[in-house]
Amino acid sequence: MSDVSQALATPVVRNGTASIRREWKARFLQSNLTQWLVPTAIVAIWQIGSQLGLIPSNFLPAPSAILAAGYRLTLNGELPTNIAVSFQRAATGFLIGGTLAFAFGLANGLSKISEKLVDSTLQMIRNIPNLALIPLVILWFGIDEGAKLFLTSLGVFFPIYINTFHGVRTVDPQLVEMARSYGMSSWDLFRRVILPSALPSIFVGVRYALGIMWLTLIVAETIAANSGIGYMAMHAREFMLVDVVVLAIVIYALLGKVADSSVRLLERLCLAWHPAFQKR
Amino acid sequence: MTAMPLTLSGATRAHRVESQPTLKGDEGASLTVRGLVKSFGDIQVLRGIDLHVPAGQFLAIVGRSGCGKSTLLRLIAGLDRPTAGGFWLDDDRDAEPRPHEVRIMYQEPRLLPWASVLQNVEVGSGRDRGKPASVARAREVLRSVGLESRGDEWPSVLSGGQKQRVALARALVSHPGLLALDEPLGALDALTRIEMQRLLESMWLDQRFTAILVTHDVAEALTLADRVVMIEEGAITLDVPVDLPRPRRRGSLELGKLEERILDQLLGDPPSVPRPSSRSTHGCSANS
Repeated sequence: MSDVSQALATPVVRNGTASIRREWKARFLQSNLTQWLVPTAIVAIWQIGSQLGLIPSNFLPAPSAILAAGYRLTLNGELPTNIAVSFQRAATGFLIGGTLAFAFGLANGLSKISEKLVDSTLQMIRNIPNLALIPLVILWFGIDEGAKLFLTSLGVFFPIYINTFHGVRTVDPQLVEMARSYGMSSWDLFRRVILPSALPSIFVGVRYALGIMWLTLIVAETIAANSGIGYMAMHAREFMLVDVVVLAIVIYALLGKVADSSVRLLERLCLAWHPAFQKR
Repeated sequence: MTAMPLTLSGATRAHRVESQPTLKGDEGASLTVRGLVKSFGDIQVLRGIDLHVPAGQFLAIVGRSGCGKSTLLRLIAGLDRPTAGGFWLDDDRDAEPRPHEVRIMYQEPRLLPWASVLQNVEVGSGRDRGKPASVARAREVLRSVGLESRGDEWPSVLSGGQKQRVALARALVSHPGLLALDEPLGALDALTRIEMQRLLESMWLDQRFTAILVTHDVAEALTLADRVVMIEEGAITLDVPVDLPRPRRRGSLELGKLEERILDQLLGDPPSVPRPSSRSTHGCSANS
């Protein structure tokens, strides 16, 4: 009797663990915490390695030391000020470059004449690595705000320009014909057909531009600035403050992540109609 | 699949018109076409079409692909300009066409993917869009195509047949005088297609618009139309009335005979050769 029940029970139990495993896997994939697993593990290993003396602190200080540096600099106000300065530069540069890029992208996507006039010039400028302009920019602007804004605006411009242009150009001509035959005005056609259709492509441009924005700003701040996170790192290097240098790098990573996440959130809100953003 | 409103398909058209006096502006528009020519470069696609479609008629245009039938429809819908000749509605040559007079339904649904089903229907209201009356009207038409409960959904979750029903609602929301149909059922599966034919017929019986259906499917033309016109090489070569009671039974003897006659001319076969199955053969493949 007990043998029989055991024989019957075994496959049931195995089935049970399989389903539990499947459930765990589903939960694992669904959870928002999953994406933080690897970064947390890296920080943990780093901390342990530092405490065991495997990583020399003048080479790479422990995470706790970096946190302590962050705390110290927050208390004396240096860190918040520099973050605010960097953030403001990034936002202003993004706004200037992004607005211009959006305007040119729309104009060239909508008008053949505008494209003929402007596009080949822009493509020529695009092929200049914008960091190659740093010597020229220092000659023009010194280490003023103008230098940083110019470089970030320029860096942000091209990804947004190209993707806006592409988005507008690839609007489904059948939808445009439909809209026209239903008597939509040019403004309605733009607002209700062309812009929503170009939006996914524009978002790709924006996300790409945000990456370039931080990259350009970091380089500009380390080379030609007297404030900002990049300056803070360069300044700390002169005094061999490795913890502050690493702190600056970590802050750049966090700012980049915050910018990208907010655009993704915006994307999910604006593109709810898109099959790629619908909940399955 | 949502149940289809078929309450009117039993009534004949004559009965409908008799029982309900028509209001001016609420009935179909008649169409007169004179010497219509359309050329693309050196190629003459339409060579002088003359055609009169009385108000409220359901006309089907059949022909091989590239015969010019879709071009004719696009001209009538105002999507292209004729090279020579012209057409007018309501027997009134000089009058400005009424707004929303002609609506076209394409082979593809052409819905805006970023607008809800209801908003897509409202696109058909033209400049009245957004007014409370037009929202109510859009809901009403959506109900008549059996998609009342799907108004707030995105088009991407609908099936192909449901999308075409939304497109039909969009075309009819403004009470058009003439509905131009450019193979709207061509991409649907056989069953959905029959359902859509029934829906189209019931909407036509209900709203009394003039309908011009371009199709490569002769059986479909005969199921739906009062009259079938054939276009070959840019000219009308056949014009037959289909005087059969509605709803028409698929595969009835009269329909079969008519279908065979039209197919024979379309395919250039001698009429004496018996053909095993006329239903399975189409006049031409998918419209170009």
